[in-house]
Amino acid sequence: MASHTTAPARGRRLGSTAVGLLILGVMLFPLYWMLNTALQPESGLLQVDPVPGDPDLSGFSKALGDQGGHLLTSLVVSLGAVAVCLAVSAPAAYGLARFGLRGSRTIVFGTLITQMVPGIVIANALYTSYVDLGLVNSYFGLMLADASLGIPFSIVLMRSFMVSLPGEVLEAAEIDGAGPVRTFVRVVLPMSRNSLITSGLFAFLFAWSDFMFALTLNTTDDVKPITLGIYQYIGAHVGDWGSVMAASVLSAVPAAVLLLLAQKHIAAGITGGSVK
Amino acid sequence: MTTSTVTAPASTRAPGTAAAPDPARTRRRRRLAQWGFVAPAVVFMLLFFGYPLVRNVVMSFQHYTPKTFFTGEAPFNGTDNWAAVLQDALFGKALWHTLVFTAGSLLGQFCVGLALAVFFNRRFPLGGVLRSLILLPWLVPMVVSGIVWRRILDQDTGVLNTFLDTLGPIGHLPWLTSPDLALLSVILVNVWIGVPFNMVILYGGLQEIPKELYEAASLDGASAWRTFRSVTLPVLKPVITVVLVLGFMSTVKILDLILALTDGGPADATQTLGTLTYQNSFVELDFGAGAVVGNALILVSAVFAVLYLRADRTEGK
Repeated sequence: MASHTTAPARGRRLGSTAVGLLILGVMLFPLYWMLNTALQPESGLLQVDPVPGDPDLSGFSKALGDQGGHLLTSLVVSLGAVAVCLAVSAPAAYGLARFGLRGSRTIVFGTLITQMVPGIVIANALYTSYVDLGLVNSYFGLMLADASLGIPFSIVLMRSFMVSLPGEVLEAAEIDGAGPVRTFVRVVLPMSRNSLITSGLFAFLFAWSDFMFALTLNTTDDVKPITLGIYQYIGAHVGDWGSVMAASVLSAVPAAVLLLLAQKHIAAGITGGSVK
Repeated sequence: MTTSTVTAPASTRAPGTAAAPDPARTRRRRRLAQWGFVAPAVVFMLLFFGYPLVRNVVMSFQHYTPKTFFTGEAPFNGTDNWAAVLQDALFGKALWHTLVFTAGSLLGQFCVGLALAVFFNRRFPLGGVLRSLILLPWLVPMVVSGIVWRRILDQDTGVLNTFLDTLGPIGHLPWLTSPDLALLSVILVNVWIGVPFNMVILYGGLQEIPKELYEAASLDGASAWRTFRSVTLPVLKPVITVVLVLGFMSTVKILDLILALTDGGPADATQTLGTLTYQNSFVELDFGAGAVVGNALILVSAVFAVLYLRADRTEGK
């Protein structure tokens, strides 16, 4: 095709690129502004220059000092949530995809229905139970709650993948005398690597961006993820937008890294998780 | 993790029967082992989604005070919570704001998302890269996006008003501080948040449309708009339904964004059922009242689900 393109057609394509760049510019502007404000900590409550003429990293060092621990908390809680999420949902996805259990359809339907339950309703009931169980202000409690954000998504995504695993391979494993657990660990999991990665990524993103459970299931400063840290930061540092924005930039770093490293998996997850 | 260990079925075999396995029995054991795969997830979802639904209904009939969590006492008080919440004018306002916020957000996200999907469906240099970079905002925690926008929309020194100054003397609009504008501002920010998701899914749907349909349309001499209306939209319909249903379910319960932008203010102008639940329960520690509002929020979702299922069924016939 390329060899046949006429000059006007090429012009139109470049025009499309220009429009595309403009759209991207508008969509990404808030992120740019976040970085820009973070690099001008001295501007405080005043107007921020369009470009950081003299980039000042002191906002970042202050944010890192104030919020570094919360970043670490976010990391620990999110990784824990991913572990719980995958450990619970991968076997379930396999079971629902392959075993033909009675009630499978109902369970899959129920998994979809969970998405209708508002988080604040869950938090409302969970808080009172967490108080009774001593799980308020605990890493483990927050991990479990955050895992619940990823589990329905992961079950649906991995199940739709595992349905299409080649039956002969699984039967061959069984004929070799492997029980269901062995077949699952040795054959199914390695073959489902991609959908496991996608599920894990999304479970991480969901847990990392969680704010509601962090806000409601913690009453002290013991377990404070970065989302909650930043939210309370604006309350306490009204004039110090530079540091707030620097902390915001830091909170977006994992997502940006993930997008760069695993763009393919993320696009697959967004489409695969919704349009089966 | 400790919660998820799949325990092997603990069936102890009677001694002496091991040599001749009873087929019915091995089948039963097999089934049990298979359920072991599914059971942890079912239990987890029942605990974290099913139980809160039931518990909220019970809580809405209980009297919670700040002291409850020391004494453990939350006596039943009949329909007191319901009466108090429903008589409060704020509840009606919050319900209305929820509906406006959801409908406005969905409309904006969908229209912009579809326009961008159609645009990026053309082939042009860098198209693929630009399309995937648009996803970036969606990956930032929602509460952080809210805080960034709070700075951008600041009345005196926010960059939006500074930019509008260069266009003409409109004056500095109080985006987040005026009760008349705040809900609109929150909706616009949420549109910005939702566009990438809508675009990616709709783009995926567009890619699936067979090229021959477009060729046939152009042979018939159909205009671009006519082709869009008579070919693209009808074929895209299932995907559109998915986008809107998922969009509804995630939008109606949004809390992070509103807390970060306005905290429900000014003068409760952006208070929704979600923020009102939060405020009742976790600010005023009246969990009974919070449960009532939370139940109303679930009811809104349920009504939508029933309407959707009914529409879906009549269409299938």
